[in-house]
Amino acid sequence: MNLPWKSYCLRIETRADNPGWMGVVSSILGVILALVVGGFVLRAAGANNPIATYREIFKEGFGTLRDWQAGIYALLTNTDCPKGLLCFGPISDTLVKASPILLTGLACILAFRMKLWNIGADGQMFMGAWAATGVAIFLLPKNTDRTVMLTTMMLAGLIAGFIYGAIPGLLKAWLNINEIIITLMLNYVAYKWLEYFVVVGPWSIGNFESTGRFTPSATWPRLTEYSKSIPVLAGLTAHPGIFLGVIAAIVLAWIIYRSRWGYEIRVIGDNPKAARYAGINLARNIFLVMGISGALAGLAGMNEVAALRELTGHFQRGYGFTGVIVAWLARLNPLAAIFVAILFGGLLVGTQLIQPQGIASMLQGVILFVVVGTELLFRYRVKLEKITPSIVAPVSESSNVN
Amino acid sequence: MSESQKAFEMRGIVKRFPGVLANDHVDFSCRVGEVHALLGENGAGKSTLMNVLGGLYMPEAGEIFVGGQKVSFHSPQDAIAHGIGMVHQHFMLVPSHSVAENIVLGLNHPRFFLNLSQVEEQVVALAEQYNMNVNPRARIWELSVGEQQRVEVLKMLFRGAKVLIMDEPTAVLTPQEVDSLFHTLRDMTRQGHTIVFISHKLDEVVAIADRVTVLRRGKVTAAGESAKGATKAQLAKLMVGREVLFRVVKKKAQPGDVVLSANGLTTNNDRSLPALRNVSFQLHAGEILGVAGVAGNGQRELAEILTGLRRMTSGTAKFGNDLLDPSTKWQEIGQRLAHIPEDRAAFGSVPSLSVAENLILKSFNRVPIAAGWSINSTEVHQNAVRLVDEYQVVTPTVETPVRMLSGGNLQKTILARETSGHPGLMIAVHPTRGLDVGATESVHKILIDQRDAGAAILLISEDLDELLSLSDRLAVMYEGQIIGEMPTEGADIQKIGLMMAGTKVEG
Repeated sequence: MNLPWKSYCLRIETRADNPGWMGVVSSILGVILALVVGGFVLRAAGANNPIATYREIFKEGFGTLRDWQAGIYALLTNTDCPKGLLCFGPISDTLVKASPILLTGLACILAFRMKLWNIGADGQMFMGAWAATGVAIFLLPKNTDRTVMLTTMMLAGLIAGFIYGAIPGLLKAWLNINEIIITLMLNYVAYKWLEYFVVVGPWSIGNFESTGRFTPSATWPRLTEYSKSIPVLAGLTAHPGIFLGVIAAIVLAWIIYRSRWGYEIRVIGDNPKAARYAGINLARNIFLVMGISGALAGLAGMNEVAALRELTGHFQRGYGFTGVIVAWLARLNPLAAIFVAILFGGLLVGTQLIQPQGIASMLQGVILFVVVGTELLFRYRVKLEKITPSIVAPVSESSNVN
Repeated sequence: MSESQKAFEMRGIVKRFPGVLANDHVDFSCRVGEVHALLGENGAGKSTLMNVLGGLYMPEAGEIFVGGQKVSFHSPQDAIAHGIGMVHQHFMLVPSHSVAENIVLGLNHPRFFLNLSQVEEQVVALAEQYNMNVNPRARIWELSVGEQQRVEVLKMLFRGAKVLIMDEPTAVLTPQEVDSLFHTLRDMTRQGHTIVFISHKLDEVVAIADRVTVLRRGKVTAAGESAKGATKAQLAKLMVGREVLFRVVKKKAQPGDVVLSANGLTTNNDRSLPALRNVSFQLHAGEILGVAGVAGNGQRELAEILTGLRRMTSGTAKFGNDLLDPSTKWQEIGQRLAHIPEDRAAFGSVPSLSVAENLILKSFNRVPIAAGWSINSTEVHQNAVRLVDEYQVVTPTVETPVRMLSGGNLQKTILARETSGHPGLMIAVHPTRGLDVGATESVHKILIDQRDAGAAILLISEDLDELLSLSDRLAVMYEGQIIGEMPTEGADIQKIGLMMAGTKVEG
């Protein structure tokens, strides 16, 4: 039997060269493919025109050209945003969403660089939020200066996150206990911890499952606060949190690519045996990297409560997991993570109004899936080869008969 | 000669890898019943050619004929179905399984029920046919390396291989085991088998091969020349394209003060079994102490405790004024203590990092590479450019990841890193394993230069020729002990071989 398709076979070969542009290409390819797959799901969920839906998502997340033009015009003429247009609204919302994602993404990037699979950024973020709230409500008097208050909250978030990340770090360094399981499980511990304090416990005000509004000095300044002098900023919730993320990204990039410590991290990540050979202290680095990874996630928690202006029982879960996706899509490059985080922020904002509600998570999942999948194309070359019809077919058949 | 006398023929084989033409229209054929040596430097395309013949690679162009019939292999199963089997350099055996179980592993028949005792009988019969001594019930981990190799050969014979491709079969054997392997090969050719023998060791090629084919940079430079009467020098010239000096040129050693003094070193291996028992020796500046022995007799553990990769359970080792023990700051003494690790890919290099970044592995915490908390990238680059030039590392750029380098160039990169800091002590483990003639020559020269510059060198190797030509003194290790020590001059290779096998020799 000689079927035409039988005379071809797929061969997978290792690529000897990995040009740098392939990473970028496969990330972009991953997003596009995910959108295509997501389109079919949207279709199945009842959207007649998935492309229109995507256009809507993009509009909600980043605004239209007209919005931007109107916004810039209003800014220049110091007037209000024209009725019916959103001006900077979408991008402001997107940046607000992007800041915690960026910070948890950076947390994952640092740990993943050393092949430490910290998937507990969510829990570390919760602990950071909890500690920052503690500072805002109990530790410092309500009339504390805003800079002092916010800095202390940041420190609290960093420290809480550090401790919460360092626990699995220590277990890994001393006893070689799998950090994936521990970080994953500690997420649930953190959820319950917060629930205890805010929902049923001592920090809850009445039955509101909330700590109540923070004093203004414990909250991020928002653009809307300046709308008296710049009318177009009215209603914009954007806050300096995104700068926190950008600064953290730049510092992290410097650490990874330029510093001695970053060199150690890259050596350990690529070949721990060579690190041992060179006398690099593995245990100390595992502890430190997990701790600092946790601290970055903790900072995301502080950022979030300072933006929400209260801690409630509905504190959003999942930013830590989105961070994992951001880290992979950015190919563990902190600077690329800035753009990816903003993209994901836009995705979250844009899909808020879409029914059913799971669309954002679905797209995120598909993106991660496809990006990890294209990793294969990155390392291997898949070739379609023609089998010369000769002696081969009978041989393989006869050996099957045996 | 007629086609039927050819065991197989490869015509015009072309195989390309990104950036490399590994095989450039290579013709290669073997007659039935001969040992045909395939010679060539690393990267000359020998392994590629044999992987094509063994069904692992598909060539871009070219044809393969077996018994006069055109064939096309898509997998090793196709190749073995045509009687072509490959014995890899790294054995593909399951340590906890028995010999017989390993031999039938992967076979399609019997489908469900394995009659092991029947297989065992067949294995014994097969082994007797070729005068090989193998217990089919032994577990692989109980066997010596030489015995494991026999199992690999039997595995192929069991599958009906008429042509055996042997990739560097002698690299891991003692001189006695090599002799026994050669007897087996002779028995096999007498019974109509054909052997393709890949090797770097020209002495062995001259001793065993009937004909020789030499590859250089993917092209055939000598096709099926008779090996009878060929000299090493001629073969080496064909391989490298220039004259090669086989004798290591060195002055008489001028030993100085004691640099390393080891006293009663004892430790366990990874399985917590005693690996090193009470090993003591002294190593002077300006001398090379060779450590001979079959792999697995404690050499690795000795190197590991001297370089901080393993803890000793008792004993002391003193390097100058520093005690080598858990309190040692290995990073601080790293530049004075050079280590050429046994497994250069696994320990000596960081594959995804660039040549330049690999060259600072031991010095990144020190000025001028270190600048405060950061690394001075200009200095890293200049350091790399200087060392690549000085040690003649062939690499496209210093920013190329080291995993793209050939074995020889990777080893030169490691040597450049380890010796550029003028180390007082150097632990070199199998420094030329798997390297071609040209690269071996340069590695040897670097070691001698270091010795002459006053370094104390502990050279651990399985290659007796290398040990005899490089070392000034020789220690033989067996089961974790040094069972004999002698000056290299006038040492008797037969005697050393016996000591490697555990026989204490008087005098």
